[in-house]
Amino acid sequence: MRFLPVGERGVLVELPDGDTRRRLESWLAGHELPGLVSHVPAARTVLLTADRPERLAVLRDRLLALDLADVPEPGRQGERVTVPVRYDGPDLAEVAELLGLSPQEVVRRHTGQEWRVEFVGFLPGFAYLGGASGGLTVPRRDSPRTRIEPGSVGLAGEWSGIYPSASPGGWQLIGRTDVRLFDADREPEVLLPPGTTVRFEEVGA
Amino acid sequence: MSELVVRRTGPLALVQDRGRPGLGRLGVGTGGAADRPSYELAGRLVGNEGGAAGLELLLGGTALEAVGEVVLAVTGAPACVTVDGRAAPLCAPLRVTSGSRVEIGTPVAGLRTYVAVRGGLRTRTVLGSRSVAPSGGLGLHPLAEGDRLPVGRSDAPVGEPGGSPVGPPLGPVDLPATIGPRDDWLTEDSLAVLGDAVWQVGAEADRVGVRLTGPPLSRARAEELASEGIVRGAVQVPPSGQPLIFLADHPTTGGYPVVAVVDDAATDRLAQLRPGEQVRFVLRRASWLG
Repeated sequence: MRFLPVGERGVLVELPDGDTRRRLESWLAGHELPGLVSHVPAARTVLLTADRPERLAVLRDRLLALDLADVPEPGRQGERVTVPVRYDGPDLAEVAELLGLSPQEVVRRHTGQEWRVEFVGFLPGFAYLGGASGGLTVPRRDSPRTRIEPGSVGLAGEWSGIYPSASPGGWQLIGRTDVRLFDADREPEVLLPPGTTVRFEEVGA
Repeated sequence: MSELVVRRTGPLALVQDRGRPGLGRLGVGTGGAADRPSYELAGRLVGNEGGAAGLELLLGGTALEAVGEVVLAVTGAPACVTVDGRAAPLCAPLRVTSGSRVEIGTPVAGLRTYVAVRGGLRTRTVLGSRSVAPSGGLGLHPLAEGDRLPVGRSDAPVGEPGGSPVGPPLGPVDLPATIGPRDDWLTEDSLAVLGDAVWQVGAEADRVGVRLTGPPLSRARAEELASEGIVRGAVQVPPSGQPLIFLADHPTTGGYPVVAVVDDAATDRLAQLRPGEQVRFVLRRASWLG
């Protein structure tokens, strides 16, 4: 565990891998830490923000005393959500070529594994999905698009994701869904919070 | 219930309050007023309890019509204010009778003028706030001619005139900042350049962040950084080597290294700087790391 300063009241806790990051998150969910006002998990880090600068050293010492190996790996107790996708994205052919696969095989791998919401970031409700069996790791596009439509389903690095709102972005787009990741008129507003298990299902165009 | 009817806007007129703190793990940033002291001052002047929604006007240019009597206060970037054509003071409560028209001109310094109304604007809330974050699709649309903004009822006494509008910078503005978390992604020379150079606010400056132009910074590491949490004030260095400082509507995570973080209070001043104005980092190491 490494502790990196983030301004006056923040610390970035860097973990060796996603597994220890999940354990730390699970521990944080079950403990009250004095002065902790927010935590933002990401791939291998958790950003902690305190109410006052003096809290940071105390937070660090508390976490240093922790043996994450003793913290149970959080189970898959989150919701399960199925996301119907039309696999007609503009980058599907390129993704297939990058992976040396047919487009059909890309779709088969995307629909054929369970995805877990590892964290939500970038935009409200944008879930970073990690696949149980992988096999779909592709780089971001060299030149990002200036506008990506909401509902676009993409791949970038080891992640899959769905754009919740129109935004610029560099992910490789393989399909579209009508599912709304963020909806202010719905309760809860965010469809896929951290811990949710997701399956993609192919539907006709 | 009284209303404010929007008769004209400048480039971007948004409803803002204190935003949505603590929801970063859902990808929802805090947002809220970009210049918080000016927003808070306006609210105090009309006697609002903390957190009532008001207007943030980028480069002024706005006309509002009162339906029912309202009390307004205008703070932030100093612009000419008139009520039915008569000049009205900044940083003071203004009683506006029903049917009167309030005009806010283009500011002579700064970027963002704030308008508070006694009782607060009662537009719809999303996740506990009326703030609008255009980049994240949160809250009401940017205001347009014809919008009718309901005003809450309040019997609270108005505040005493006081406080100051934002002034023009009298030279490079100091931005005190803590080094890290990813300063080791810059070469040592470039970290020194970051602290020594005078930087210009670039044309790319909005509620998400402000791009700076100056000597290019060189990264010590070329690989991609996994996405990690971001705060207001984070100084991010993309491959172009021209740093970006994040403001109120920053994304909650990002994948370019953050090499320093500007003190929270200095980000409000930064949100009022115009393209071409200058800043200088005053870098220090975090003391608690020990």
